[in-house]
Amino acid sequence: MAKYDYVPSPFMSNPIVKWVDHRLPIFEMVDQQLIKYPAPRNLNYWWNFGSLAGVMLVVMILSGIFLAMNYQPNTLAAFDSVERIMRDVNYGWLLRYMHMNGASMFFVVVYIHIARGMYYGSYKAPREILWWLGLLIFLAMMATAFMGYVLPWGQMSFWGATVITNLFSALPLVGKSIVTWLWGGFSVDNPTLNRFFALHYLLPFVIAGLVMLHLWALHVHGSNNPLGIDAKGPQDKIPFHPYYTVKDAFGLSVFLIVYAYFVFFNPYVLGDADNWIPANPMVTPPHIVPEWYFLPFYAILRAVPDKLGGVLLMFGAIAILFVLPWLDTSRVRSGRFRPAFRVFFWVFIVVTITLGWCGAQLPEGIPLILGQVCTVLYFAHFLVFLPLLGWFERPRPLPASIAEPVLTPAAK
Amino acid sequence: MAQPATSTLTTSPGGGRQHEDGTPRRDFLYLSAAAFGATGAVLTGWAFVHSMNPSADVLALSSTEVSLAALQPGQSITVTWRGKPVFVRYRTPEEIAKAKADDKADLRDPETDQARAKKEQFLVLLGVCTHLGCVPLGQKPTDPHGEFGGWFCPCHGSHYDTSGRIRKGPAPKNLEVPAYTYLNDTTIRIG
Repeated sequence: MAKYDYVPSPFMSNPIVKWVDHRLPIFEMVDQQLIKYPAPRNLNYWWNFGSLAGVMLVVMILSGIFLAMNYQPNTLAAFDSVERIMRDVNYGWLLRYMHMNGASMFFVVVYIHIARGMYYGSYKAPREILWWLGLLIFLAMMATAFMGYVLPWGQMSFWGATVITNLFSALPLVGKSIVTWLWGGFSVDNPTLNRFFALHYLLPFVIAGLVMLHLWALHVHGSNNPLGIDAKGPQDKIPFHPYYTVKDAFGLSVFLIVYAYFVFFNPYVLGDADNWIPANPMVTPPHIVPEWYFLPFYAILRAVPDKLGGVLLMFGAIAILFVLPWLDTSRVRSGRFRPAFRVFFWVFIVVTITLGWCGAQLPEGIPLILGQVCTVLYFAHFLVFLPLLGWFERPRPLPASIAEPVLTPAAK
Repeated sequence: MAQPATSTLTTSPGGGRQHEDGTPRRDFLYLSAAAFGATGAVLTGWAFVHSMNPSADVLALSSTEVSLAALQPGQSITVTWRGKPVFVRYRTPEEIAKAKADDKADLRDPETDQARAKKEQFLVLLGVCTHLGCVPLGQKPTDPHGEFGGWFCPCHGSHYDTSGRIRKGPAPKNLEVPAYTYLNDTTIRIG
C-alpha cells in the first residue's frame, strides 16, 4: 500500500477502536485507505465511474439474492417463476426491474470507466496490472450477464445461449466435445439452465474478489489524474474524505436518477420483446440479437465470413486490450496533452458505437460492410494508430506539477 | 416581516456561510442530505424485506372448502390448509359428553367445549402441536389417543382430550381451532 505521511483521524484514539485494531487493524485500514487516503486534487467527474461500478455490483448482488429466493432453475418452471416474481411476489417487479436494468447500468458505467482509462492513459506504467484486473472483471461481468440473460428462459434466452455456446464449436478437433460439455447434453436444456444458474450466482462473488485486488493495485500508486502526471508532493493531493466521498455521493445521486428512469418509467426499452415468448427449441426467432452491451463484439463476429476467424476476432477484440499498455508507445499518459491521439480516441469511440449499431441490424447490405470497415478500424486503432502515434505525435508540454495549473493564476 | 433569506446569513470565521445564531449553513446541508439518503435506503430496504413475506399466490391459497357429507360418527379426516393439516372429527356422543364433562376439570388452557365446536358433532382443529409444531397422532382408530382419548403428540408426549385441549405434557396451549364457517349443513370453509 502507498506510503504517505499518515496522520490518524481523531476516532483512532478511541479505546475500543484501539483494542480492535491491536487485534485486527480494520479501522486503521479504513482510515488509511478510505478516509485520509491522499487522492490527486484534480480528479474530474470521469473518475466517478469506478465507485459507481462498485455500487452497481452491490445492487446487482443484493437484488440477485432476493430474486434467487423466488426463481426456479428448471426448464419447466423458470419462465413461470419469473412471471410469478413480476405479478405475485411483493415488490418482485421492482427487484427484477432493478436487476435487469441494473445489468445495463453496470455496463454503461464500466464502459465509461474503461474509456476514461483509455483517454487519460490510466493503463500505462506502473498501472498495467490494475488495468489487467479491470479487464478480468469485465470478462467475468460478460460471462455473468450472458448466463443471467438465459435464466428467464424466453426465446432470446434460449437462442442466445445456443448461439454463444456454439461459438466454441468453431475450435478445431475439440470444438464439438466442448460444446456438449458446456450443455451437459446435446442441446441447451435443463442441465444447461441449472449450471448457468449456479455459475450466475457464483461469478459476482468472483468479481467482488477481483474488485478487491483491483482496489489493492489501485492504492499502491494511487489514482491517475486528468493531467496524467505523478503527484510531486502533498500539495498535489487531498484526503479522500470528505472531498471525494462528497463528489462520489453527488455523482451517485445523479446516476441514480438515470437508473430510476429506466426502472420506473421505461423498464423494457433495453430488452427484447421475443423474451416474452417461452423458450421453444423448435423455432428460432427471425432476428437474434444479444443485449446492447454485447453488440459491438457481435458485429465483429459477423464481419468475418469464416466461423473460426469470426470467433477468434471477437475474442481478440477484448484480448488486445490486455497488451494495450505496450501497444501505446507514447510516454505521455493523458490525452489532454496529445492532440493527435485525441482525434484517434474519438474516432475509436465512434467506431465502437457504430459497431454496436451494426450488431443490431440484419447481417446484410450496408450494415455488414460498415461492420467490416469498423472492425478493421477497431483493430487498426490498437495495432497501427497507437504504436505510430507514439513516434509521430508531438505532445504538448506537461505542467510541472498537479498543483501548478491550479495555484498559479492563469496568465491572461 | 418577510426578510430575504440571504440577509439572515453571515460569513463564519472559517469562511463558510452561517445563520445569525451561529449555526453553520453546512450543518443543514449535511443533515438534510443524510436524512434524504437514509429515507431512500430504508424505503428501498423495505421492498427487499417485504419480498420475503407471503406473495399474492400464497395468500390466494389461504382458504379451503371441505365437505363433511361422507363423514360417519367416529371418523376423522385430515385436510390441508395453508400447508398445514387440519383435523376434522365427527365425534361420537360419548366423546362429546366426555369433553363437556371435562369443561370443569383442571385445565391448563381453560376453554369450554362449546366454545371450540360450532356444531358439537364436528370438531375442527389445526393438527399442529402447540409445543413445537409436530402433527399429533389420533386421527386413525389404531393410533394412540393419549390418556384423555383425543390426540397424542409423539414428539414430546403431549396429551390432548376429545375437545383437543391440552391435558398433560409440555404443550402450553390447546390445539388451535382455525377460523371456519359453515357454508351449508355439511360444507365448511376454513380460513
